[in-house]
Amino acid sequence: MRRHVTAYGFLSAALVVFAVFSWWPIVRGVVLSFQQVNFVTSPDWVGWENFERLFADPLFAVAWRNTAYFTVLALVIGFGVPFLTAVVLNELRHAKGYFRLLVYLPVMLPPVVTALLWKWFYDPGPGLFNSVLRGLGLPTSQWLDSSSTSMISLVLVITWANMGSATLIYLAALQTIPGELYEAADLDGAGLFKKIWHVTIPQTKFVILMLLLLQVVATMQIFTEPFVMTGGGPEESTVTVLLLLYRYAFYYNDFGTASALSLILFAVLGVFSFLYLKITRKADA
Amino acid sequence: MRTLTRGTGKTYWVVLTLTLILFTAAFLLPLVWVLLGAFKPPAELAQQPPTILPRTWEPGAYADAWNFMDLGRFFLNTFVVAIGAWAVQMAVIVPAAYALSKLKPWGGNVVLGLMLATLMLPATALLVPVYLTLTDLDLLNNPAGIWLPAAANALNVYLLKRFFDQIPEELLEAARIDGASTWTTLVRVVLPISRPILAVVSIFAVVAAWKDFIWPLLVFPDPAKQTLSVALQRFAPDTPINLLLAGLVLASLPMVALFLAFQRHILAGLTAGGVKG
Repeated sequence: MRRHVTAYGFLSAALVVFAVFSWWPIVRGVVLSFQQVNFVTSPDWVGWENFERLFADPLFAVAWRNTAYFTVLALVIGFGVPFLTAVVLNELRHAKGYFRLLVYLPVMLPPVVTALLWKWFYDPGPGLFNSVLRGLGLPTSQWLDSSSTSMISLVLVITWANMGSATLIYLAALQTIPGELYEAADLDGAGLFKKIWHVTIPQTKFVILMLLLLQVVATMQIFTEPFVMTGGGPEESTVTVLLLLYRYAFYYNDFGTASALSLILFAVLGVFSFLYLKITRKADA
Repeated sequence: MRTLTRGTGKTYWVVLTLTLILFTAAFLLPLVWVLLGAFKPPAELAQQPPTILPRTWEPGAYADAWNFMDLGRFFLNTFVVAIGAWAVQMAVIVPAAYALSKLKPWGGNVVLGLMLATLMLPATALLVPVYLTLTDLDLLNNPAGIWLPAAANALNVYLLKRFFDQIPEELLEAARIDGASTWTTLVRVVLPISRPILAVVSIFAVVAAWKDFIWPLLVFPDPAKQTLSVALQRFAPDTPINLLLAGLVLASLPMVALFLAFQRHILAGLTAGGVKG
């Protein structure tokens, strides 16, 4: 008996913090989605009105389209690059420390710093990227200033900023692959790409899948980079779901509609998070 | 250990050299470019093609940036937020993980399950309800508005619990026979053995708090209370570019220094299950 009392004494602070800042807000978020909040009178129940308002907002579809486009681009660019980088680094026996240090350095920079730096690099006039392109005699780009390249510019930033963690996690996974598997493949006369396809990828598929799901969940919640670098422009081409949510909550003070949007986002991301937890449990066991 | 290639031939050296060049160009040169940029006067920064080394060195930009943006104040604010977030989180989750791992109370698994369930929530799904809760508790413009929500970190509870699970019961039994209380056992026996995981969890807690943007943006409407990230973002449009660059460099230095000092822990922590982030 005493053991249980002591145990709950040790747990008490965590129970309070989780209850107030995690469990209760989950319930409150659902409730708010069906309410109109004005801070003067008590909240009114409005049924599905908040959702109807969202569906009627042309930006709702735009934000989801942008977010989906961003997520796909981030997968195409941001997903392959760290894996290939890790495969190459795993073969190199020199300057290992230097490579690890460099690839992880951007991860340590505050995202606002990275966003402001890249905004400067992207300047179509004297910016670093266009200066290099001009120097090489290549065509320049409008980067963030054109609605056709703004999204891909953001993807490049977050790939640069975040690929360090994925690369090093892959690298650790690659080092657990038993050498005999490669020897066997050598004896079978397998070439480099066959070995990557038949040994490297199957042996690391858990990690690949885990990072894939994590990346989807993280990229669909992208906020800081568009908020700091483009504010959603040009022509709303970088308004993401989170940016729209922020506008509803903190420009229009419409917390009910903002909550309805988070509920929809949660439903979409919940699928990915659920799969992620399933897979990690399995990998842990 | 065998890998994909045997790696002795000419190809190896070509790939090594290319990788060295590519990595340096991709990750080091942009940062050097900013360091140098902060030394150039605004007129030189605006010219095309750009100068590589500053034609006129203006080392005063760093001091000017410090005064122009009042960076001292924002460094202090960020420091208070980050250290406080770490201290509060440790005070909350270490005893909790210990209780769940070693004291195994009734319903302990339910509590752990409810905590882990919050991991399924996207971090931003709680943006509005947590913000409103902070407003109700009058925690806006108060660092506790960052500390307390950050302490509800289920991933770190799980990492600590998993580590505590591996500590042999006999060790705790021995302490109990010596008359140590539960609390003394935690402080004198469990914590010293758990230094590696505590270091990892601590570093990630501090780094996460220092890097955060969206929460401090919401919690500190008062400009005087803001953290570096929020303040830099606010100053960016109206600050001469050379001063802004100097400010960005200064704001990154503590994290870069932390990385160089604790590189081993950080890189180890990355694979110890701290896959998130």
